[in-house]
Amino acid sequence: MKALQVIDQAFRTTTEEQDDTILWLTLSMRGAGGDLSLLLSGHAAYYAVQRGTQPALTLGDWRQTQPANLTRDLGNLVARDVPVYVVDEDLEERGLQQLPLLDGVRRIARRELADLYDSVDQVWHW
Amino acid sequence: MNADKILTFAFMDPPFESERTVTFFRLLDAALDKGAGVRVFAYEGAVALAFARQAPHGNAAHGHDVDQEAHPLTRSWIAALQDKARAKGLGFEWINCGLCVDERGVNEAIADCGRGGPADLWRYASTAHNTLTIGTR
Repeated sequence: MKALQVIDQAFRTTTEEQDDTILWLTLSMRGAGGDLSLLLSGHAAYYAVQRGTQPALTLGDWRQTQPANLTRDLGNLVARDVPVYVVDEDLEERGLQQLPLLDGVRRIARRELADLYDSVDQVWHW
Repeated sequence: MNADKILTFAFMDPPFESERTVTFFRLLDAALDKGAGVRVFAYEGAVALAFARQAPHGNAAHGHDVDQEAHPLTRSWIAALQDKARAKGLGFEWINCGLCVDERGVNEAIADCGRGGPADLWRYASTAHNTLTIGTR
């Protein structure tokens, strides 16, 4: 069974969870043998071009020491042979199209999405 | 149970925050009506749906005490769906993401709602007819 994870809700609880919960879920299921691919769309297209960690939160004397590192997490997915795609038009609409993509992330045009969806058994839109 | 008759749901919203929660429960109810077994993976805030210590309250603005208000509790909705599934001879499985439970302190779940992780979602999904994911917005 193949499943495509579609993320378009970007930076959802990344400060509290110190990751993107769907990236984490995908990597964890991959570790359990899941045959998965990932599509970054909408605001989540930003994940494909950003570098480094999220800003660390400071509240009073409390300081976050392990902020989310989405660059690392996407790299781990690529390293585990999870195909990662980003919608090219969503990059363009956000002025991000000229920025280099993280290693292993592939651009995909909207017109190609139907074929991508057809290539899997289930599409999980988060 | 035949996988053609099993539906998996992954849900992220907590109780008492969003109409998606009510819609999610209506979908579970409708699935049982159609003779489908149900499997739920509760992720993030959704793990509080089965929290056993949810308590009803009265509502002074309504002029109701606790009994009169009969405040809805999602743990009661889950129990009602468990009963409905049993009566129809259908499966109704519920697993809470364990890490999500821990960070929220909602460790006490009602009966027959278990603790698990992403591997359980993959197991649920890969042996079901289909999967519906409902993420937080």
